Amino acid sequence: MKELMLGNKAVARGLYEAGCRVISSYPGTPSTEVTEEAVQFDDIYAEWAPNEKVAMEVAFGAAMAGGRAACAMKHVGLNVAADPLYTMSYTGINGGLVIIVADDAGMHSSQNEQDSRNHAIAAKVPMLEPSDSEEAKQFTKLAFRLSEEFDTPVILKMCTRVAHSQSLVECGEREEIELRPYIKNIAKYVMMPANARPKHPFVEERAKKLLAYAETTPLNRIEWGSGDIGIITSSTSYQYTKEVFGEKASVLKLGMVNPLPEELIKNFAAKVKRLIVIEELDPIIENHCKKLGLAVEGKSLFPMIGEFSQGLIAEKLGFSPKASAALEEKIPLRPPVMCAGCPHRGMFYTLNRNHCTVLGDIGCYTLGAVAPLSAMELCACMGASIGAVHGFHKVRGEEIEGNTVAVLGDSTFMHSGMTGLANVAYNMSNSTVIILDNSITGMTGHQQNPTTGYNIKGDPAGKINLEALCRAMGFKRVCVVDPYDLEECDRVLKEELQAKEPSVIISRRPCALLKYVKAKPPIAADREKCVGCKSCMKLGCPAIGIKDKKAAIDETLCVGCGVCTQLCPFDALGTKKGGALS
Amino acid sequence: MTKNIMIVGVGGQGSVLASKLLGHLLLTEGYDVKVSEVHGMSQRGGSVVTYVRFGDKVYSPVIDKGEADVIVSFELLEAARYMGFLKPDGKIVVNTQQIDPMPVITGAAEYPKDLVAKMKAAGVKVDAIDCLTKAQEAGSSKAVNLVLMGRLSHSFDFSEEVWYRAIEAVVPPKFVEINKKAFSLGRAE
Ligand SMILES: Cc1ncc(C[n+]2csc(CCOP(=O)(O)OP(=O)(O)O)c2C)c(N)n1
Repeated sequence: MKELMLGNKAVARGLYEAGCRVISSYPGTPSTEVTEEAVQFDDIYAEWAPNEKVAMEVAFGAAMAGGRAACAMKHVGLNVAADPLYTMSYTGINGGLVIIVADDAGMHSSQNEQDSRNHAIAAKVPMLEPSDSEEAKQFTKLAFRLSEEFDTPVILKMCTRVAHSQSLVECGEREEIELRPYIKNIAKYVMMPANARPKHPFVEERAKKLLAYAETTPLNRIEWGSGDIGIITSSTSYQYTKEVFGEKASVLKLGMVNPLPEELIKNFAAKVKRLIVIEELDPIIENHCKKLGLAVEGKSLFPMIGEFSQGLIAEKLGFSPKASAALEEKIPLRPPVMCAGCPHRGMFYTLNRNHCTVLGDIGCYTLGAVAPLSAMELCACMGASIGAVHGFHKVRGEEIEGNTVAVLGDSTFMHSGMTGLANVAYNMSNSTVIILDNSITGMTGHQQNPTTGYNIKGDPAGKINLEALCRAMGFKRVCVVDPYDLEECDRVLKEELQAKEPSVIISRRPCALLKYVKAKPPIAADREKCVGCKSCMKLGCPAIGIKDKKAAIDETLCVGCGVCTQLCPFDALGTKKGGALS
Repeated sequence: MTKNIMIVGVGGQGSVLASKLLGHLLLTEGYDVKVSEVHGMSQRGGSVVTYVRFGDKVYSPVIDKGEADVIVSFELLEAARYMGFLKPDGKIVVNTQQIDPMPVITGAAEYPKDLVAKMKAAGVKVDAIDCLTKAQEAGSSKAVNLVLMGRLSHSFDFSEEVWYRAIEAVVPPKFVEINKKAFSLGRAE
């Protein structure tokens, strides 16, 4: 029977059925579930690596050793792993190697909207792009075969709407693939110039063979329809196109988006009166058509920015919009907020109080940039906070020593913070780096990382000691604070900012949403004592509000962290004990 | 004809089980189904949306403006937020619970008043119900989702049996009874 399956789970199912042995990944929305689902199969070894570059290198090693292997990441992860990718394109593989990358048009949970097809083009590796869960599974299996047939890593490109939509999938059996023999081959794997030079022609030759394949593969198919319009599209845009046109337009659906076929497209174009390309983000198919000398419309109609939908395509092609219900009312936004009891809050409050310039990073703690905390001034890419604080010091020197810090999470630190910290130690800036250690990778939904002591299955694993690590790099000033203790945070922060040498503050307390963290009884507000000064509101805690001019605690949200009780000048917030406050 | 149901609410309110139940039920009834939701940031108390589409053949996984037959909302403000996605004669099934978003908590914005009446005045059918009370009556405040599903069941022709079988299939055994009760309390009236 068919199953209703998430796109990412279907990829994992494809890995399983294709006999994949190893997957090493770093989490990132919308790619995370691929690995979380793969680990459910005993036949696949799955792990969280510290970052995408390591993950890809692990997968490559497994493939080089003769087994089928994979790694999964979000679009920006492929930037981190671009270095191995571009040269693995030269070496080729042994066992099949599939790289799953998930784009996020619309930036539901990303810092940019880059189009991963550019990496496939630049690295000269094939890229397949499914449009629903069944294809996600089928294409994953086919990607391994292509990888082995053409001696290349293959990228499977997902996007938010394919990764995070459920559609029907027919499950099959696992194909048991024998390990391929590993044979020492210095010319193939040691990419020093003398060996890499002959490899470049191999890559160009392979590109030609892949192009020939793209012309005839059933991955690219034409669905002839009535009418004059011919549409070239792929992925979720294909689904929107079909939703709008049904059988009323001819569609060339591309399942292989690199390399793009030439003859197939020219032949398709010759048979339609109006040629339109519908693709999210960059005009890659469109520019390809233009290079072939075809008259084509694409970004003249559709935006380069954001996600598409059936409504958008209909509108841009001149269909009248659907009537809808409407409400004349201003609806307040509901932005994501730092959870009640989030250990990051106390540190951001402290930084605010000390008027610090906070160079931040990516994680749940990025919400420290949101009002009323508004305590963070940078979020660019994983680990950037530490490099940036060092740069600040080199330009502004003593002027900023007492008030500028880098802030990043434990997982982000393991991902890309360590090298930045090494630079601070080596090139000697007087930086203060704060590691917000909530003992989990929070943002992406609670994945373990090298500092937590557990692996992807939740079994005990190696645990990196952050204090020892920082000391080993040469930091003499390394201290640990509890972010629920505002006084301690304030004292230590002041000390470290004043110190005439670089320092690391580890702000340590597990995420309040972790299962093993038990909530305390909720805080209560004493309406008699509260004068409505709103000091507690500076925390931006969703459990604290103002009712009839006085503080009120939402007991269903409050986890009793007690940070607000330390702020109240009138002793109006406390734990309930027999009715009275304590 | 493809039918479109939107499930909206605040991150953490339990819309995942609701869409799982619907998806399972529609699949076993022989429909092509697509269910789409955005994971990630939505865990942090933000506004969340799930699209459920079914019919003979479903292409797009998302629902666009003016396409939803029914909006099921776990929270009042969220129902109002997504009303533009509803067909002009569509229906809203809404839990009357109000959860203040941050701009309201900080006093930067106000929670709109009389939303149910205003939505009705805009010409859509509104089925407003205090699901939390009913869920507590069923034995768990977490069963709000099943009370809502009970209300939603009036928008379908499936028998109570069919719904119960779907509940048995997607809910852990020890919670089946509470969830069935919550469903039937929602379906009653
Ligand atoms: C290169 C890259 N990989 C992955 C991500 C996705 N991502 C954003 S934040 C984050 C981890 C955050 O964990 P941590 O640093 O521990 O902070 P927390 O969310 O727990 O506060 C991840 C994996 C990303 N933005 N960029």
